[in-house]
This record gives sequence, structure tokens and C-alpha cells, in this order.
Amino acid sequence: MILRSLAVLVALALPVQAETAIQAVTSPGGIKAWLVEDHTIPFVALELRFQGGNSLDLAGKRGAVNLMTATLEEGAGAMDSQGFAAARDSLAAQIGFSSDGDGVSVSSQFLTENRDQGVTLLREALVNPRFDQDAVDRVKGQVLANLRAGAEDPGTIAGDLMAARTYGSHPYGSNGDGTIDSVTALTRDDVVTAWKGAIARDRVFVSAAGDISPEDLGKLLDRLLGDLPATGAPLPGKAEITLKGGLMLKPYPGPQSVVQFTQGGIRFDDPDYFAAVLLNEILGGGRFSARLMTEVREKRGLTYGIGTGLASYDHAETLVGQFQASNEKVAEAIKVIRAEWAKVAAEGVTPEELARAKTYMTGAYPLRFDGNSTIASILVGMQIMGLPTDYPRTRNQRVEAVTLDDVKRVAARLIKPDDLFFVVVGGATGLTPTE
Amino acid sequence: MPRRLFGPLCLLALGAAPALGDEVTSYTLDNGMQVVVIEDHRAPVVTQMVWYRIGSSDEPPGHSGIAHFLEHLMFQGTDDLAAGELSATVEENGGTDNAFTSYDYTAYFQRVAADRLGLMMQMEADRMRDLQLTEDDVATERQVILEERSQRTDSDPGALLNEQMSAAQFLNHPYGIPVIGWRHEMEKLSRKDALDFYQANYAPNNAILVVAGDVQPEAVLALAKEYYGPVAPSDRIVPRDRPQEPPQLAERRLVLSDERVSEPYLIRSYLAPERNTGDQKEAAALTILAQLLGGDPINSVLAKSLQFDRKIAVWAAAGYDGTTVDPDTFSLYASPVPGTSLADLEAAMDEVIAKFLKDGPDAEQLARIKTQIRASEIYARDDSGGLARSYGQALAVGLTVKDVQDWPAILQAVTAEDVMAAAAKVLNRDQAVTGWLTAKKGEAQ
Repeated sequence: MILRSLAVLVALALPVQAETAIQAVTSPGGIKAWLVEDHTIPFVALELRFQGGNSLDLAGKRGAVNLMTATLEEGAGAMDSQGFAAARDSLAAQIGFSSDGDGVSVSSQFLTENRDQGVTLLREALVNPRFDQDAVDRVKGQVLANLRAGAEDPGTIAGDLMAARTYGSHPYGSNGDGTIDSVTALTRDDVVTAWKGAIARDRVFVSAAGDISPEDLGKLLDRLLGDLPATGAPLPGKAEITLKGGLMLKPYPGPQSVVQFTQGGIRFDDPDYFAAVLLNEILGGGRFSARLMTEVREKRGLTYGIGTGLASYDHAETLVGQFQASNEKVAEAIKVIRAEWAKVAAEGVTPEELARAKTYMTGAYPLRFDGNSTIASILVGMQIMGLPTDYPRTRNQRVEAVTLDDVKRVAARLIKPDDLFFVVVGGATGLTPTE
Repeated sequence: MPRRLFGPLCLLALGAAPALGDEVTSYTLDNGMQVVVIEDHRAPVVTQMVWYRIGSSDEPPGHSGIAHFLEHLMFQGTDDLAAGELSATVEENGGTDNAFTSYDYTAYFQRVAADRLGLMMQMEADRMRDLQLTEDDVATERQVILEERSQRTDSDPGALLNEQMSAAQFLNHPYGIPVIGWRHEMEKLSRKDALDFYQANYAPNNAILVVAGDVQPEAVLALAKEYYGPVAPSDRIVPRDRPQEPPQLAERRLVLSDERVSEPYLIRSYLAPERNTGDQKEAAALTILAQLLGGDPINSVLAKSLQFDRKIAVWAAAGYDGTTVDPDTFSLYASPVPGTSLADLEAAMDEVIAKFLKDGPDAEQLARIKTQIRASEIYARDDSGGLARSYGQALAVGLTVKDVQDWPAILQAVTAEDVMAAAAKVLNRDQAVTGWLTAKKGEAQ
């Protein structure tokens, strides 16, 4: 069949605008939240994030916040583990707890028909968790099983080695799940201490999306969070990144090796941040036309997939990448990556690459806001980054404003071939480790 | 890595797709292509999926992996599109695209701003019949699928156990052959193999178009007629009449030991009937049975008895999908706490099953599961792309739009007696495969 002028169609297709209307809500009791009101589907997604997370672990108690978070759903108030799960399921409420190096996240969804009961249940878990000894012991057993499995997982091994190299003694430098020894030693008292430090009003960010009015959301939040402690444990300080270029090889059996590579990144509030985002998109972003995907996968068949990303955490920024490849192909893939790193640092990108990356980024942005749960999660992230509620309307202008010179400047400043550090876990051949 | 996945995308937790009668419209084009439109006007986004009723279980013998390999090669060029141009065009429009292959189907999709739907259809229709492949492209992409197998199967002892268990479960049916293919056969897949498979199977009368998002059904139909309408149907599409299993007379067991395993576990998989058009009752009972036995990590029958009462399992679960062309599997999973052997855990699991077959389900637990199924219809509406997958998968295995829309009510109508009848029929060790995954040293106990 004949295709009629694709080029014309593309040129006419201007990006749609992100129309998402975000309301800033303050509850009668003074709790702030963002809301996207949409009454199409009779449920609300509610997202909470308590900043700090497992970086709040006290000395010698690594893994306490993770264990605490995993035990929050194991009984509260008058309900034991099974009672809590049965109450949640009778309401068809969905409540998920998770923790990472920057926070404890609570993702929940409640049907409109029984929202008040669902919120009461979540309040019990946050305000009156039981942490029964048998529940703590059982969940600890699951955490320890995960840790033992992680010790045999090349991706986890690589991540732990890279974190230690990148962040040293900062909490980011070790696995937030803890170690076999540290978790084994954790007591119920440690879990309670972790809860008091991590779940407090002074660090919570809140958003909601779906079938709820601002007034109802305000009342809901006072009931949900009003009885939490006002303050928690102090947040950790900035992580110093001391990474210097090199390569570490950790032998592991199997046909392939897992390879991670890292160098320093760029802060979100840096004036060149969007130039850096576009640069990363062109160098190693998620698209199949990204340089690394083209060079390593499409042209040479060395891997199933490769990607890089700007990792922006609350207390550090890095530029990271990862791929897996057969052991005899790893050396060639690393050579290609180093060459691409040097090339982009010296030459920047082409006008065509920049134009394509811009149309992708500006076109993709409004597509993100496509469901209550997704929107609630995005809104919490925006608040933590300190963005205004009208940011979705202005964000694409910031992308469009980036020039070829901006990208060239940020490439020269950000991309440091000599700082790139590789961790290889597997049986890769033909490499020269620097340590 | 998010490209060109193989294997079932996901087991929907409750197997429940929403009824959604008002928001779903369906047609059939003159050339036999089915069209389903799911409306969701909350965001200016659309998902286009084209599903082919062709998967790894339709491959010619000795050519395992060709369905999945062809899926990769579909991103090469056509007479009108340069290699990679389709994905590049999607990306330039801010969209994402990908594809996946399973035993029963191969699907291609794009997610993009709603006003770009026509362009997506134009390109997808083009590669339905006009794919062009060079020997070089095929040789390089073969290296990619071999790397994919190394990454997703050979590097993962759990994936290797699944592969061995399927091979043991299906003596005669091609569900015993992995979707990605056996390595020695993948290494020999040629350009001609790919083009033969393509020409025999890719045609509008073997395809389903699902469009979900901010669109009007009449407008979608008009676009579908414009772009897919001119594509000629094939007279080579044959019914999927695959070799079926002989009666299983004895249980099958295997142990996979691997030095990369730290946490042992066991899987029991039973041969089980699938959803059939107009006849989904038994599959509905099995869906509820899986929820009762191992759906919730705290209150399921297996979790309660093995994790809470006996304290011999770290976790336990059950799984059943049923959205397949031919009979598939119903599975139980459990991992022991340190100090408990797989043999003891398996014996305890069998005791729990025997007790369940005697006592039947707890009425309150059954009621909670029904409540969650009803709610899952509401929550599912939050993800129109997920709805597109539910409809596409069902239609690709021979179910109808009506079957999909009837499914929630059929689930609600399942009684304790239905569950017990299905359980008594399926949970029979003579029709099962039991697999143990152990650390290399083997279990001392």
C-alpha cells in the first residue's frame, strides 16, 4: 500500500496541552494537599509520602524503616494481621505501603461508597499500628528471605556495589533493606522507634485524584493524619559523590553479566536541567532511537536492552545506566559506551536529534496524566520538587526553550568520560578491572 | 527491558474485566478484521493495539521462537517505512510503542495523543502485509533474541524451572515449548522462516484492532475503514487445530538444582480447562478457587495454614488465568522457612488441599472475594490501556465481546458448590507436575 506523506502529518501534529487542573487544598486543621477532581469513576486515589524513608535508620539499625513499613499492614487497633486484611478486603480498599531511600509511600484507593470506612482503616494502620511480635517475626522472615535471594541476584549485587562506591557512608551507600545481621538483630522496639521517626506530619506530602470534593478531602485529611506526631526524626544531609572512573568485576556464574555504570548528575533546580534531560534522552533514554540503544543493540546485537537515566534523589544526583550482555560481549559493549560518552562530551548532539527529542518529550508529557492513581502519584512528586500547581502548563515551554548550544554546553560540563565507573557482575571476559 | 516482551503480560489478579457495556463498541470490517473501541475521555490519550490470532503454539515443528522473532522483525521496514521508522515516528509524536508474543497471540501497540490515531493506523496497516527484511537485519536481530533468552531465561533459575515444568506438563500440545524458543532452534531461524510465518498468518481476517481512550467510536470506525479496509484478507488462515494432550495417567515430578538459588520453592501445576465462548462457568469457578487458595498473602487458605498456623512457609500463592485457546494450568506455589524441607512443605500443602476439598470454602472469604471482583470493575476503568489488553487477549483466544462483558456476572454467580466441583476435578495429582527449585547442593532433608 502507499503511504501518503508521513512528513506532512507529523508536521501538523502539534503537541496537545496538559489540561490537568490541580487544586491546592488546605484542610481545616492545616494539612496541605493537591487535588485533581474527576467524578467519572466512583473511587479516589490517595497518595501520601513521608520524606526520609529508610535513610532515617539509626546507627546499627539498618533495615528498621523497611521492616516497619512492611509491618504497617499487619494489624492495627483491635485488628490483628488477618483481621486487618479481612476488613480491607471487605471494603475492596487497596492500600500499599513501601519505603525507599527518600521516603515512605502510602498508595491507596477507596470506593466512594465506603470511603469513610476505608480511611478509618488506613488511619488505624498509620496512627495505631500494633507491630505484634509474631507479625514482626513473620515479616522479618520474609525480609531475610529477600536479602538471601538478593545476595544471589546479580542485579542486586551490582546495585549494592555501585551504591557503596557512589555514596560511601551516606545512607544511600547501603541497601535500605538492611543486612542479614542487622535485620536479624532488629527488635519490636526498633520497629516502634522507626515508626515514630518516619511517620510524622512535618514531612508528609499529600495528593488525591478522583471522585472527591476539596471540602471532603480536607475533612478526610484531618481525620487521617491529624493524630500523627507533629515532628519526626531529622532528615539526612547531602550525599557527597566521590566517584572516580574505573571498573569493578565481581565474578558470578551464568551466561551473562549485569553491568551498571554511573557518574555524577545534575540538580533539578539547575538552569541547565532540561538541557541535561534532553541530552540524556538522546544519549541513552528510553526510546529506540537513543544513541546507546542504536549502537549497542540495533547495530551490533550485543544486548536485549540498554538505557541511561538522570537519577535525582532528595540528597544526591547521578547519571546511571544499565545493561545485560553475554559474557564475551561485555567488553565490546563497554568500549562502545565509552566511545559514545566521549563523542557526546566533545561534540554535543545534532539539530535533528534535538528536534526529535523535543517533540517526543513535549508530546509524551500530557500523556502521563491518564488515570487517578497515576495522577495522585505524580502530584506528590511535584510537591516534593517544590513545583507550582500550574507547572504542567509551563513545563513544555522549558523543554522547547533549550537550544543546541545549551545541550552542547551541558554535555561538556556534565558528561565526564574519565569519571564513568562500571560495576560488572558475572563472568565477563576481556576486561581490565581497576581494582 | 521494555521492548518486545514475550510470555503472558500479566495475570489479572481477579481475572475480571469490566462489563462496561455502554463504553465499548465493536464492529467487523468487510475484510474480516474485528474492531473494538473503548471510550475513556478523561485524558487526550489513545492506545491502539493490533492483536494477531497467532502465537508460539502455532509455529511449525522445529522452528520454536519464530513467532516471537517475527515480532521483533516487524519493527524493520516496509515498502514505505524505513527500518525503525515506525517507532521513530511514534516517538516523534510523544508516544510509546511496543509488542509482545505469547502462546496464543502476538500484539503490537502504540500509546499516543488521541489526535494521532490515524497516523498510527496508517503505519500499522502498512506492516500488516508489506514487511521487508534484509539478511543483515535478520542476523543482527537474531543476536538480540538470543541475548533476550540469556537474560530472561538462562540467567534465571526460576524461569528455567517454569520452562522445564511446561515441557513436562504438555507431552503433545505446543504449550510445552517456550515462547522465546529453544536455543538450538532459535540459532537457526532464518529470514525465510520469518517471512513464511508472516505471509501465512498476518492478515486482517486474523487480526483484532482494539482502540481505547479519548475517541468516538464512529470516528475510529471511519479511520479503520480508511486504513485497514483496503488490506486484502488472506485465504491461508486455518483454524487453530493443535495437537491435544493424551490423558495424563501418572503424576510428573522434577527437581531443578542451581548454584544461583538461595531460596528454594515448589510449584504444583495441574492441567485445567480454559474459558470458552458461551461456556465460562468452570473457568470462573477456577478463578475464584485460585483466589480462595492463594490470592491474598495473608488470608488465603494456603497462607493461613502454611504461614500463620504451621509457620513453615515464607509465602504461598495460587495462580490461574484461563484466557487461553486450549486447556492450560492451575498452579500452587510455596517457599519454605529455613529448616523446613520441600518434602515436608509439599506434604503439608497436600494436607491443606485435602482438607479444603473436604470442608469447602469459608463463606466470609468467598463473600470478600466477590466484593473485590465487583470493585475491580470500577478500579479497572482507571486504566483504559489495561482494558484494551483484557479485550484483546480474550478476543485473540476465541472469546467474544459478549463473553468479556458477561464474565464479571459469571464470576459473581459462582457458588461454593461450583468451586468444590471445579476443585475436585482439577486438584488431582495424577494430572499434575510438581517442580522443586533447590540450591545446587540439593536438599539434605
